[in-house]
Amino acid sequence: MVDQLENSNDVTVTLPRVQDRIPTVVADDAHVIYRVHKGAGATASPVAALKRIVSRTSAPQIREVHAVKGVSFTAYRGEAIGLIGSNGSGKSTLLRAIAGLLPVNRGAVYTQGQPSLLGVNAALLNDLSGERNVALGCLAMGMSPTEVERLTPEIIEFSGINQRGDFASLPMRTYSSGMSARLRFSIAAAKKHDVLLIDEALATGDKGFRKRSEQRVRELRENAGTVFLVSHQLSSVRDTCERTIWLESGTLRMDGPTAEVIRAYETYVNSK
Amino acid sequence: MANTALADPDSGLTQAQLAARHGLRVAGERPPLAEYTRRLWSYRHFIAAYANAKLVASFSNAKLGQLWQVLTPLTNAAVYYLIFGIVLEQNRVPNFIAYLTTGLFIFNFTQTAVQNGTQSITNNLGLIRALHFPRACLPLAVVTTQLQQLMGAMVVLVGIVLVTGEPITWEWLLLVPTVLFQALFNAGLTMAVARMGAKVNDLKQIMPFVLRAWMYGSGVLYSVTLFEQSLPGWAARLVELNPALVYIELARVSLLESAPLLNSSPTQLWLVAAAWAVGMGIGGFLYFWRGEQEYGRG
Repeated sequence: MVDQLENSNDVTVTLPRVQDRIPTVVADDAHVIYRVHKGAGATASPVAALKRIVSRTSAPQIREVHAVKGVSFTAYRGEAIGLIGSNGSGKSTLLRAIAGLLPVNRGAVYTQGQPSLLGVNAALLNDLSGERNVALGCLAMGMSPTEVERLTPEIIEFSGINQRGDFASLPMRTYSSGMSARLRFSIAAAKKHDVLLIDEALATGDKGFRKRSEQRVRELRENAGTVFLVSHQLSSVRDTCERTIWLESGTLRMDGPTAEVIRAYETYVNSK
Repeated sequence: MANTALADPDSGLTQAQLAARHGLRVAGERPPLAEYTRRLWSYRHFIAAYANAKLVASFSNAKLGQLWQVLTPLTNAAVYYLIFGIVLEQNRVPNFIAYLTTGLFIFNFTQTAVQNGTQSITNNLGLIRALHFPRACLPLAVVTTQLQQLMGAMVVLVGIVLVTGEPITWEWLLLVPTVLFQALFNAGLTMAVARMGAKVNDLKQIMPFVLRAWMYGSGVLYSVTLFEQSLPGWAARLVELNPALVYIELARVSLLESAPLLNSSPTQLWLVAAAWAVGMGIGGFLYFWRGEQEYGRG
């Protein structure tokens, strides 16, 4: 796109190079509504279920949650954007919508390439060894077997799970929660992503790992990707992101430089 | 190109126009069929690795480990032989134990693939919601796992067939195309039930009954000639088209010397087997692809 502009008209070369701002994620008044199963409640008797089918009403244990209510923003290449907000404000849902894993009910989300969501609950196979999970995760991200073979030692090294002896060959169910979260992050961070979505992943792990992962996020950004980071730890948002979006009960409350947004957010939280 | 803009050529555009201008795509859009097929092919290593991982994981806590791959079909055959061979004395079929185990193992391939395929989406929601890959990988991995299990069972089967005194003939080679056709049929069917199971969770409860009824209609446990004797002519013709029955008959034809058959013409058997394989394989794939963007959504 940029090349095209430069070649087609030489006038643009003298202008400030605003065109370098290439959007990677565009949200246009996005609404996300998802349905949750409340589980078996007091009304979950067979008779009630039969009555429901006869009277054609929808199941009472399914409730609709309007999690994201009309959010619009544009993210550009090379940006790291923090997403903050209180619990249940729709941050994770928004990430899922960007990743294309939850449908948008109204409005639209457009993305460049395929965003990858890296969450702490990304499931791996707990009965298998860490090493095998690394291979499996890499293959699931679309790498070739030779690439996987080359990267596996690096990923294990980066995750640091072998610091306390050979854990890589043990099944993942023997890992502590911090260890498996670190391994998941390491797998996802091994690939160059157009858009990387990180959900609370940096919050786990010890100090050394957090330093390494923040460094890795910076590298990913330099490789012309866009990074979204959802975190409750304002310090890690402050360290990695220069732009922050503040969501509150599904609506976009503020979007701007991290320092400003975090200041406003802290005032809001303290006044509650 | 509009290069007349002084500062930002993007200003004044709506979000949708901005996205279109830079060639962004709607998140989670379903790829066209050719693209989807190509992508699925590039994930073949993932399918193989995932299928293998599932197989290893399923026995990882057992003391005897991978030995169960062979022990499970063997125990299964022993139980059915005890009931149908000894207690109920099905002795009008020559070499009943080989007849029974052939049917049992071949049917088990389809049965388990369908049963696990129904839950292949719902059991992997974590993976689906975390990573992007063609979802058809999951039902296909189920079929691959079952195919590997069948290989283990085949070793047992060949042992049983030889011990019961069947000769080794060139016809045994026909087992290869038979299993290939069946695998293709299973792949299509598994993809189809995977989509249905993702939509309606209750299918998981219904499936065992459907599969059991199917098993009784496939002449696994008794002589297939019973269908001809007790059903009216048109119904028996209908049973002849039952894909599971067709694959079982083909396997019996190739392994056993004197197995009773419902279909008398081998040409018809092969034609029906191929038609089911191609039809179900393509149909199931198309049906699954059409639902691609729905999987993993709450």
